[in-house]
Amino acid sequence: MNSRKDFTCPEVVETPSRFRNPIGKYRLYRTDDCIACGKCVELCPYGVHVMRRGMVFVEHPYRCVGPDCPEPCYKACPENALSLKRNQDFDALGDFRWTADLLTSTWHMAEFGRVPSAGLEYKIGDSGGGFDKLRLVLPKSEKSSVAEDASGKPDMGLELNRRGDDAHRIRIPVPFYGGGMSFGSVSIHTMLSRVRAAAALGTFCCTGEGGYPDELIPYDDHMITQVATGLFGVREETIQRVKIVEFKYAQGAKPGLGGHLLGDKVTPSVARMREAVVGYPLFSPFPFHSVYSVEDHKKHVDWIKAINPKALVSVKVSTPTDVDMVAVGSYYAGAHIIHLDGSYGGTGAAPDIAKKNIAMPIEYALPKVHRFLEEEGVRDKITVIASGGIRTPHDIAKTIALGADGVCIGTADLVALECVRCHNCESGRGCARGIATTDPELMEQINDDWGTRRIINMYLAWIVELARILKRLNMKSIRELVGRTDCLVHLDYMQKES
Amino acid sequence: MPVKYVIHTKTVPHRFEPVTRSGVIAWEEGCLKCAVCVKTLCIYHVYDHRGLNAYQMIDSIDNECMNCFRCVQSCPKELIHKSVNPEFEAIGDGYWTPNIISRLWYQAETGKIPVSGAGYPGPFSGPGFDSMWTDMSEIVRPTRDGIHGREYISTGVDIGRKPICLTFNREKKLQSEVTGVINIPLPIMLRVPSFGSITGETVNGWAMAAKRLATMLAVPEEEMSPDLEDFAANIIPIVKEKSLRNANVSGQHPVVEIDTTAAAAASREDTVTAGPDRITVVIIPLEEGIEQRALELVEKGFSVLHIEGSRQSTFLDNPSLSLKDGIRAVHLKLVEENVRDQVTLLASGGLAMAEHVAKAIICGADAVYVDFPLLVALECRMCQRCTKDLSCPVHIEEASPEWVALRTINLLGAWHNQLLEVMGAMGIRDARRLRGEAGRAMFFEDLDESTFGSLGELKEGYELE
Repeated sequence: MNSRKDFTCPEVVETPSRFRNPIGKYRLYRTDDCIACGKCVELCPYGVHVMRRGMVFVEHPYRCVGPDCPEPCYKACPENALSLKRNQDFDALGDFRWTADLLTSTWHMAEFGRVPSAGLEYKIGDSGGGFDKLRLVLPKSEKSSVAEDASGKPDMGLELNRRGDDAHRIRIPVPFYGGGMSFGSVSIHTMLSRVRAAAALGTFCCTGEGGYPDELIPYDDHMITQVATGLFGVREETIQRVKIVEFKYAQGAKPGLGGHLLGDKVTPSVARMREAVVGYPLFSPFPFHSVYSVEDHKKHVDWIKAINPKALVSVKVSTPTDVDMVAVGSYYAGAHIIHLDGSYGGTGAAPDIAKKNIAMPIEYALPKVHRFLEEEGVRDKITVIASGGIRTPHDIAKTIALGADGVCIGTADLVALECVRCHNCESGRGCARGIATTDPELMEQINDDWGTRRIINMYLAWIVELARILKRLNMKSIRELVGRTDCLVHLDYMQKES
Repeated sequence: MPVKYVIHTKTVPHRFEPVTRSGVIAWEEGCLKCAVCVKTLCIYHVYDHRGLNAYQMIDSIDNECMNCFRCVQSCPKELIHKSVNPEFEAIGDGYWTPNIISRLWYQAETGKIPVSGAGYPGPFSGPGFDSMWTDMSEIVRPTRDGIHGREYISTGVDIGRKPICLTFNREKKLQSEVTGVINIPLPIMLRVPSFGSITGETVNGWAMAAKRLATMLAVPEEEMSPDLEDFAANIIPIVKEKSLRNANVSGQHPVVEIDTTAAAAASREDTVTAGPDRITVVIIPLEEGIEQRALELVEKGFSVLHIEGSRQSTFLDNPSLSLKDGIRAVHLKLVEENVRDQVTLLASGGLAMAEHVAKAIICGADAVYVDFPLLVALECRMCQRCTKDLSCPVHIEEASPEWVALRTINLLGAWHNQLLEVMGAMGIRDARRLRGEAGRAMFFEDLDESTFGSLGELKEGYELE
């Protein structure tokens, strides 16, 4: 499965929520009629009920799958002491993209390392278009059952250097890596959790544009460092330290606007890392003031190659109308990876008007780029990575079928760390839940080991799910899925007769 | 370069507590009286100074809660819960959603553009303007020192009869007279909305705002009062059911708006004698076939047309067609007939967010009128009680003109900055050049079918997941 000899896939370590009351879709209430017969404890396959000192408690109500349960305890209770209700906190969670179902099912994956067996929609959100209207077309189960028994695990690996030049040959065993989140926008604990999870899976994680904290040095082999327009924390040694260098031209959440770290988040440690003044907002201008053409861009790529000749160069761009030209230009300038960042991802502060309106969704940009690179005859010479709103293993499969080689993950990592999508990452001291903050008190809510295990678990659940999808498709490798739009159906255009 | 146009904003507090989306439900029964209660750990200090607004029956914790769910997830007896506030959900209607309204309140209060963390949480696309995206440019810089720098992005536009060329005499002095054109520094004009609990004072406030913003305020004839004389240069009287000759209200207004019947009745001479200096705007109701009617009016000599859509940003006679489509149709017709550059196109109807301004211009409008956002800036909830002669829940009629003016300026200040963001991302430095740049936008109807239209086949023996 993987070229590295020392690499073994980590195992799931059950990692429960760091909060006392995890949020689930349902709640079970027990009245005093309970005679502690233990029937519910026996019946429940999910461990919701626990018997202690002769009493039965609803210990883990968030695990309850509600009406989907094969043997509902509330129906079997001899004393009618149990009642099932929907959790109203659940209904106050989530939005169109990350529905409460997606949030809680991602938390489930981060805890148990597998997709929820019932009760939650973990495959799609509720945005009413794009990924949420696309479905995978799979042969009916009985057809593929023979192949399922015969074949082993499908190969998920992805070769990142497809140019075949002198730069590193890097093969990641999974078709995804971690997107850039800067030190400053997120805490060192969040960064370490993501990086260590990436390292455990043999893949990569990007520093974002906020410098390269010393804590990350042990994971150099799994780091991508970003060179963005503000050049914060970019030094010769940071470029030389890594195997992949990413140029960020634009980002999907605020295309054409550059970055902005609000003054409150410029704490002493952030200011030191970025060589700036504490408490002053930091602007990352737009665009690169030294790049006005593909030729200028080539000069940038050459500059990286002069400093670190073995490094792979990734170019992160947003999705304007001419994204296909940008992609092919990047290839001719010498990039190994073209990273398309669609408009629905993003983890930092951005004007609402930009997030909603500027640049096109990744679902449109990706097939356009894929086709154009094919027509140019260079598609197999460059790695296409997509990001911006990829939330689930099904999103990954759909993205690859639309023409990407792999994907970049951002928000999902944070959700594994129990982000609730309250959209207040930027205000005041930052994230109240300690994820997207550098506030010395708030960030201590995250323990590195806990965070690492949560993200690893989520990734493992994804890999299992992706493997299941590939097996259903009778594919031995995820490479076979690239550009296979025939494996997709869009519900709005589905022919009625079939 | 001309002086940079800046709208100065400052916080103008609300008179009533805004209704917010989230509610907190916390009760005491069964409370363990923990030594360190989770409520004391709230990083937003929501529980520290809890109070009840007895007039509006709003609990301060509901309005201040930032939805981090920490207390909900930490209380050992699970006595704290979150819910969605039904009063919030009930605000507005299907088009003027609670979210749009509360964002307008925020902008009118602070003058700031709405900024939030994490990615866009909304639907993939939607009807009307929600089915288009604006372009960005990876490498073209808008200005040398950022969108708010000294070298600025111009949002100024011209309203009126635009000469197609200028003539000069032998001494290279300008020979042709340029009259009947005004320049406004932002492509947004104000318009008194068709309902609202408003008085002369409210209209006065909007007129003050129009004057300070150097833009125009369109006022229906029946709402005109002597108080507005000070602001005559910034007021467009809307004259109804009068012939063009009789529409020349008092002579101080540089622009007058007439309805389409008056324009239809006018002869070509009428439009000429209406005065070369005066700009006559003709309202065209947005109905099917509008592009033909627009062309007829232009041929008759009218040069400023105002496309008036419904409050939901649709055609008046067909709710399935949107203002976006109407503007594009008129714009393209005038381009086809080679008269587009002489004409000014204004648009109104359901323009509820800053992005609608940019998108209306991309579709082909020169400038827009905003109406109901002006009312929402004054805390209106679009409940329409006033249309039934019932009391206004936020007593807009009691607001002072100064407060009205400042709230309006804040709103327009926030919109102006958002327009700069969109133009900056596209690398466009002049609002005049944004007009009709449909190639710099992406339309759902073009992209969705061409990308996904072929993905509709489900073969025998296959299933969807």
